[in-house]
Amino acid sequence: MGSGPLGPAPRVMTRTLGGRWAAAPAAAGPAVAPARRRARRRSAWRRRLTVLSMLAPWLIGLAVFFGYPLVSTAYLSFTHYDLLSSARWVGLGNYRYMGHDPYFWPAVRNSLWMICIATPLTVAFAFCAAQVLTKIRRGAGVFRTVFYLPTLVPPVAATLGFLVLLRPSGAVDRLLGLLHLPQPLWFDDPRYSKPALTLLGMWGIGSIMIIFLASLLDVPEDLYEAAEIDGANAWHKMRYVTLPTISPVILFAAVTGMIDALQYFTQGYVAAVVAGGQESGAGAGSSLGYPLTSTLFFPTWLYQQGFQYFNMGYAAAMSVVLFGAALVVVLILLATSKRWVHTAGGFR
Amino acid sequence: MATVAEQTPTAVAAAARPRSPRRRSARGGGLLAVMVEHSVAVVLAIAFLAPFVIVVLTAMMTDRQALSGNVWPHPFRWANFGDVLARNNIPRYAANTFLYAGLSTVGVLLSSIPVAYALSRIRWRGRGVAFVAVLATMMLPVQVTVVPIYVMFAKLHWVGTLAPLIIPNFFGDAFSIFLLRQFFLTIPEEYADAARVDGAGEWRILLSIVVPLAKPAIAAVGLFSFLYAWNDFFGPLLYLGERQENWTLSVALSQFRGLYHVQWNLTMAATVLFMLPAVLIFFAAQRSFVEGVTLTGVKG
Repeated sequence: MGSGPLGPAPRVMTRTLGGRWAAAPAAAGPAVAPARRRARRRSAWRRRLTVLSMLAPWLIGLAVFFGYPLVSTAYLSFTHYDLLSSARWVGLGNYRYMGHDPYFWPAVRNSLWMICIATPLTVAFAFCAAQVLTKIRRGAGVFRTVFYLPTLVPPVAATLGFLVLLRPSGAVDRLLGLLHLPQPLWFDDPRYSKPALTLLGMWGIGSIMIIFLASLLDVPEDLYEAAEIDGANAWHKMRYVTLPTISPVILFAAVTGMIDALQYFTQGYVAAVVAGGQESGAGAGSSLGYPLTSTLFFPTWLYQQGFQYFNMGYAAAMSVVLFGAALVVVLILLATSKRWVHTAGGFR
Repeated sequence: MATVAEQTPTAVAAAARPRSPRRRSARGGGLLAVMVEHSVAVVLAIAFLAPFVIVVLTAMMTDRQALSGNVWPHPFRWANFGDVLARNNIPRYAANTFLYAGLSTVGVLLSSIPVAYALSRIRWRGRGVAFVAVLATMMLPVQVTVVPIYVMFAKLHWVGTLAPLIIPNFFGDAFSIFLLRQFFLTIPEEYADAARVDGAGEWRILLSIVVPLAKPAIAAVGLFSFLYAWNDFFGPLLYLGERQENWTLSVALSQFRGLYHVQWNLTMAATVLFMLPAVLIFFAAQRSFVEGVTLTGVKG
């Protein structure tokens, strides 16, 4: 932050002093100017070559794994392609088929559910957990570790763990029974499979929680003191001090959370395949979406179309839709953020 | 105006100070509030730990108990862990996973550190655009580009091998570049300037000054890359699904219950073995972790 205005000054000096050539002819009278200019130009070239040498692998990767695939996806989305025969142009056929595809809209709805319900719940829970951690006086490190630990569990392992935890007559089921609460079938009930996945997501909030915690601890103490002098209660302090100060972090959490929700795949896939009792090698996914289509997310359907049915043109069209959705989500968040994100820190 | 100018350096200094839990005693909060806050924390801690406990307990049950609703194993069947290892080619899958995670980490570090340096410590035209490209690749859902990339690897006859998972990591990883750049920006410029006056090139400065100073961030990025590959499911499923001997642990585990019907005890034993390395690494390098995670949220 502070280096912004101070940064350029030393750099200007290094540009003249830095090259080996610049210093030598400094005392040679009228010949100085062109020699120094040439030297400067040569050092600028060296600099560009150095930068290029540092970027080279990444630039190649950017072209091969990002630039080319984006163009190619757009092209393939207008074709019928199955990897074996060459791509056949079908115009808007793939996009038109989306309207008739019986699994397309359930997949869209399920992904929207993750974006609009699961993600906000998860981010809010992460914020609350971080808030709780700021209040702990004894053993703060232990609590922080315990809250963070689930994040380390591989998603496949975590999903299997929750399948056991939430199974009929499992631990949670019996606890709910003891408390005379409803005992849903969770991963076997289309109404409860996404809530079960949401619980799984809330269990693994560690990373966002740590980021919230760091920013909460960074809120200047004098802001709270000033608010207290003005007679603010706890809610006022939260609403007018804490939330505005950490709003950039909330924006960060919202953007990354939504992007994660758009590509949500692993947990839904594993829950469906395992709970659905699929008995065959990896990749056979007739139980995808189990129960019914309740865990069939957009990426799940894309995967099945592209890499199990090898309808790669149609999968590419779904990729284009996903790309559009990601773009819309990010642009909406950035556009509205001007209204609620305060970037000036403590000073306005 | 003058007061703002005077305040700024102190504010910067305050932000740079190492974070310590805020002292609460100064402002309010009676005994009751403290007790409520701590009991909420304890309840949450129990909720976070409960799944671990259930998983570990189930892993030690006999087949019969695992089918019943009992929570406590009686007797404890430690042999489950041995059975899982012996019966399932798990050492092979573990070796595949280590190969994937280890080589990916090497690739990410080798290719991302220089990019992060060029994006943070050298001025050049187009740097802003390049940084936006890093952010864009970081935010793009993997499924957007997966079809052409798969086609590419299929034409190279790499599908079924670990190559499609490992090779791309040698061409820079957006998240690692971003994280390293954030850290490099915090290293004072003076060290590098002194070296520049002495005639050191940028590569020299990177290797002999910045890399040693950035060891904690590099450790964090290495850990994250390793764990990302260790946990990855979509990539291995896509490229290795049909080739069982090259499966990683995540793919193997997802098929486990299919292979063993309802033997939850063995599935959970395998789950415990699968999550153990990540948890152990965390306890060995907790500080790097927390610093690394915090760094992702700091604004550049």
